[in-house]
Amino acid sequence: MIFNNAAIMQTLNVNLNAVAPVALMTVLAIVLMVIDFFLKRENKFSLGIVTLIGLVLILPVAATTVDPAPAFGGMVIADAYAAFFNVVFIIAAIFAVVISNDYLRKISSERGEYYYIIIFATIGMMVMASANDLVNLYVGLELMSLSFYILVAMRRSATGAEGALKYFILGAFSSGILLYGITFTYGFAGTTNLTEIARMGVNLSSANHYLLIAIIMLVAGFAFKIAAFPFHLWSPDAYEGAPTPVTALLSVGSKAAAFAFFLRFFGGAFHEFHAHWAGLLWILSAATMLVGATVAIQQKNIVRMLAYSSIAHAGIILIGVVVMNGFASAGVMFYMFVYAFMNMGAFTVVALMARNDGTGKSISDYKGLAGRRPVLAFVMALFLLSLAGIPPTGGFTAKFFILASAIEARYYWLAAIGVISTVISLFFYAKVIFYMYMKEPDALDDMAPVTQAPSTLAYNIIIFITAVSTMVLGLCPTPVMDMAIAAVSHL
Amino acid sequence: MLTLTHYLILSFTLFSIGVAGVLLRRNIIIVLMSLELIFNSVNISLAAFSYFLRSLNGTVFVIFNITVAAAEVAIGLAILVTVYRARRTVNVDEIDELRG
Amino acid sequence: MVQYVWLIPLLPLIGAFINGVFGSRLSKTTVGVLASALMGVSFIIACSIFVHIISLPVHERSIEVSVYNWMTSGQFSVDINFLVDPLSTLMILVVTGVGFLIHVYSTGYMHHDKAFWRFFSYLNLFVFFMLMLVLGGNYLVMFLGWEGVGLCSYLLIGFWYEKKSASDAGKKAFVVNRVGDFGFILGLFLLFWTLSDSGIHSLNYGEVFAHAGSIDPATITIITLLLFVGACGKSAQFPLYVWLPDAMEGPTPVSALIHAATMVTAGVYMVARNNALYSLAPFTGEIVASVGIFTAFFAASIGLVQNDIKKVLAYSTVSQLGYMFAAVGVGAYTAGVFHLMTHAFFKGLLFLGSGSVIHAMSGEQDMRKMGGLHKHLKFTSTTFIIGAVAIAGIPPLAGFWSKDEILWEVFEKGHIYIWITGLVTAGMTAFYMFRQVFMTFTGECRADEHTKHHIHESPKSMTVPLIILAVLAVTGGVVGIPFFEEGTAAHHFLNSVFSHGAAVVNHQGAAAHDSEAIYGGLEFILMIVSVCVGALGIFLASLMYYEPMKKYAPSFWKAEVMASKFSGLYTLLYNKWYVDEIYDACIVNPIKRACAACLRFDLGVLDGMVNGAGWLTRFAAWLSHKFDIYVIDGLVNSMATGVSLDGRILRRLSSGQIQHYALVFVLGLIVIFGGFILGY
Repeated sequence: MIFNNAAIMQTLNVNLNAVAPVALMTVLAIVLMVIDFFLKRENKFSLGIVTLIGLVLILPVAATTVDPAPAFGGMVIADAYAAFFNVVFIIAAIFAVVISNDYLRKISSERGEYYYIIIFATIGMMVMASANDLVNLYVGLELMSLSFYILVAMRRSATGAEGALKYFILGAFSSGILLYGITFTYGFAGTTNLTEIARMGVNLSSANHYLLIAIIMLVAGFAFKIAAFPFHLWSPDAYEGAPTPVTALLSVGSKAAAFAFFLRFFGGAFHEFHAHWAGLLWILSAATMLVGATVAIQQKNIVRMLAYSSIAHAGIILIGVVVMNGFASAGVMFYMFVYAFMNMGAFTVVALMARNDGTGKSISDYKGLAGRRPVLAFVMALFLLSLAGIPPTGGFTAKFFILASAIEARYYWLAAIGVISTVISLFFYAKVIFYMYMKEPDALDDMAPVTQAPSTLAYNIIIFITAVSTMVLGLCPTPVMDMAIAAVSHL
Repeated sequence: MLTLTHYLILSFTLFSIGVAGVLLRRNIIIVLMSLELIFNSVNISLAAFSYFLRSLNGTVFVIFNITVAAAEVAIGLAILVTVYRARRTVNVDEIDELRG
Repeated sequence: MVQYVWLIPLLPLIGAFINGVFGSRLSKTTVGVLASALMGVSFIIACSIFVHIISLPVHERSIEVSVYNWMTSGQFSVDINFLVDPLSTLMILVVTGVGFLIHVYSTGYMHHDKAFWRFFSYLNLFVFFMLMLVLGGNYLVMFLGWEGVGLCSYLLIGFWYEKKSASDAGKKAFVVNRVGDFGFILGLFLLFWTLSDSGIHSLNYGEVFAHAGSIDPATITIITLLLFVGACGKSAQFPLYVWLPDAMEGPTPVSALIHAATMVTAGVYMVARNNALYSLAPFTGEIVASVGIFTAFFAASIGLVQNDIKKVLAYSTVSQLGYMFAAVGVGAYTAGVFHLMTHAFFKGLLFLGSGSVIHAMSGEQDMRKMGGLHKHLKFTSTTFIIGAVAIAGIPPLAGFWSKDEILWEVFEKGHIYIWITGLVTAGMTAFYMFRQVFMTFTGECRADEHTKHHIHESPKSMTVPLIILAVLAVTGGVVGIPFFEEGTAAHHFLNSVFSHGAAVVNHQGAAAHDSEAIYGGLEFILMIVSVCVGALGIFLASLMYYEPMKKYAPSFWKAEVMASKFSGLYTLLYNKWYVDEIYDACIVNPIKRACAACLRFDLGVLDGMVNGAGWLTRFAAWLSHKFDIYVIDGLVNSMATGVSLDGRILRRLSSGQIQHYALVFVLGLIVIFGGFILGY
């Protein structure tokens, strides 16, 4: 047998620096496992504090680990792009951990494994963001997905289990489809390394059947992860079934990870075939935006509404993938960054509003919130307006960047559909604001559980950080956008 | 003489049976088995590509796949147990409380 | 001085922030004084900027103040910048000036409200967004203000959300405005699209207007029409005016500030600001003018028979806004903006006056239960009557000059039908305003004893703003008095802004200038005509509603007689032409039904897909079944097995949720594959 694969002949350049964030996260997870072993059930919350400290310490490492040379035989690439997304993942994980502490107590499911599985999910996302090889990507993706299957099932109620089962079966199914696509990519390119595929792509005849199968299957697999139409049906159920902090992480982290790889793969390895996949993604993007926005209007449960809202957002972010130039990619990164804050903020409020028995997630539970908790209602309104894309919030600038890049690249109709979807989506966001500001609460006993939310300090800090960041990203987006543009330029 | 196409057809057949199983079978355990079938069909085509392209990557990938699939099944069965405890059923079509 | 223009919007924002966050812990006096004082300082800065601007030579009066670079994307670069020019200076004077007075008034009016601080926080926030709207130097800053004032407006309409009607009105305003904003956003979007197509990557007014000429006429017509749809929503023009009368559910100072003096004029401002675009689209201009004058007439006709003191004023506002649109539609931007300013004075005054009446009547708004209030409310009634005279178009009050200028410009530009409609509307305006005055302030008091006992003049904080506004309503017209060498002061001041538009429009106006003398005389004659029409309106109203005059009225000229004689028309007007009902029947209910269908959208799609797939399989089975029977007899049995198996499959498909999802997944894949195969 002759091994003509260039990746193998390349020296295995073991560069531990490139995997430092992932390695540190793994160490953190193992430490947590060990500590968990010695903790009594009533002390499990201290595990959350250790997780938090660990994540906060790793954050600067992840932000500064920039080493654009491919490491480990070209498997891993720790460029600024990966660092950007790693920061998003870790920030999202930090928020999720902080709000978990109290939420787990509410649903009386204080379990040690919860925290290190969150860490494992984050590791999976980080591996995906810095993967330069399909093998590596797949392992990262599965690490993330498997962790999320467990996390979604964490609330052992009937709905939690049901959501997890749906997510699991469909997720595994989509993994199978994705794998099939990877196989055919391998089949036509003869390698799984992205850099090599890009190099092969230039010489390849474009009407290759393997290529077409590969594109369709890969798009379907990723569209599932970002919950794009028609592969989105799992997400409302999984979101509703999961504990709220997990939902938050799922909506931000897994989406960002999928987009991170989406951009690297379609912008790098498959860039030559833009003409082939752009049309497909165009249709998916348009359909996702419209379906997400229209179906969300009818939702009565706030988590399901946010799930459909996140579907609509995925559609808008997909515009950036379709356009696929430097600014569009930077726009996608910026969008994910803003999305991490505004969506996390919104879910934090949702977690705070949830009652011990798991109720309190209906939109009508938000009636008259402005009278009882004015600040909480105000920040929730801020997050919702940002999600709706109203200036001067971060959501507006993010949408503006994506739509402006589409207009510049002359994707006028796609941008127009984006605008229409944005206009429609304001209806369901505003509905919650109306409920908060212009309705009387249904019954007086609604007030009790909300006003006595424990560990308010943690919630307050998270709400403060997310609200301020949402505003700041709206008022001066340039520094973050510049970072994103710089990161993209080396892609 | 077996060519790449033969392997790919075999793989696709298995894949289709797996998809049909996921779509049609009621019992979650059988759905899980169908999912395994999908993964293994992928493994066959990967191994075939690996052999015919004379590249090792595919073979390595197969090994990773088998590992991941094992983990996947473990988690799937765990979720199944949770569902069974909550609902006393292993039929997919009886699990439809979340909707809308 | 002009560099500090950003302070003007910043101060109300600070006020909104402090009152919003700490307001519940501050005393009512602190909250009120803080909010009003910040507005006052804003007003002083605005004044000094005005002084600075008029001290500059005419061609230097447009100053762009860039605060910072908001965002850069590709070649698009957007600054937060302010454009200080005569138009925006005039607008900030009106907004901060009238805003300040209304803040002061509110400290008295809202004194008993438990959410006092929340009210001032919203009010300050509104002023901030309104100032951003009028000061913004590019379309995105204007858009920010546009959305922001809308938001504050909904919040303030629904301020007393305990009343279901108030929160419903807030919702209605939101929904109707979404329709308008949809047009507005699409218009802006189309503008960016067109500009970026021709390589212009700036949204600053200056650059956009400079390149407006290069846009092809059809596109510019569509853009301006779409923008006008937005203006219709925000400025309550037909057919999107329906939210404004309902918006009167909000506290009266809000009606005065937002729904009369400032926000509703944003549409007029927007058209005037974009005069460079609108002058290039004569067709849009005609639409704008026609919609405007139709709305003016239509709303005035409804105003004739309403009994709620605020509803009359609301329809009057819609009607006056119609005048402004008629003016800007025919290219008389100065006249439109001038009327905007005087309207802010007298309509603000009328609303605050009505608020004072409502305050005195313990919340009663029905004019049939008022009457004879003049002896109790001296200040209120005097100032209210001044406002009514102003709006009725009696010289030398402000409303006369501005309304007359609109009518004159319309006439001069040859739109005779608009002029006639405008004239008739002016008569109706005078009638319904004095009907209101007579019903409220003269005759016998028709209130119940309890209310009667409580009637009292409002506190100083409420009457002083009334007096100041009354003075403005009397004198505000000075800047628009014609017959000077240079044209009116308002023209002189605003001309530089509208020179873009003027350059296009004026070549037909040039001919007019030759015969200045003749026109000067004609203008005077028309003026007398319109005064007579206004006076006639007042006279007719007095015959019908003013006790001492009633005896001179002919027997048929009585409210009840007319109502029964023309009962069809009366019912039609009283029910506001049934527009709300028509909307309910034609738009709201169908949409509700569609939404109910949408409720199961995903599942509906699913069912459709499942049924479709089932139908296809059954069809295929049927086909092959026939095929079997007639062609391959031997396979009949196995095919029958196939059909029954098929039935089992279908049952399975329509019952298992997870499998539905997976099925959609697979069908999606198949469709994509199909598309690709067809594509190659």
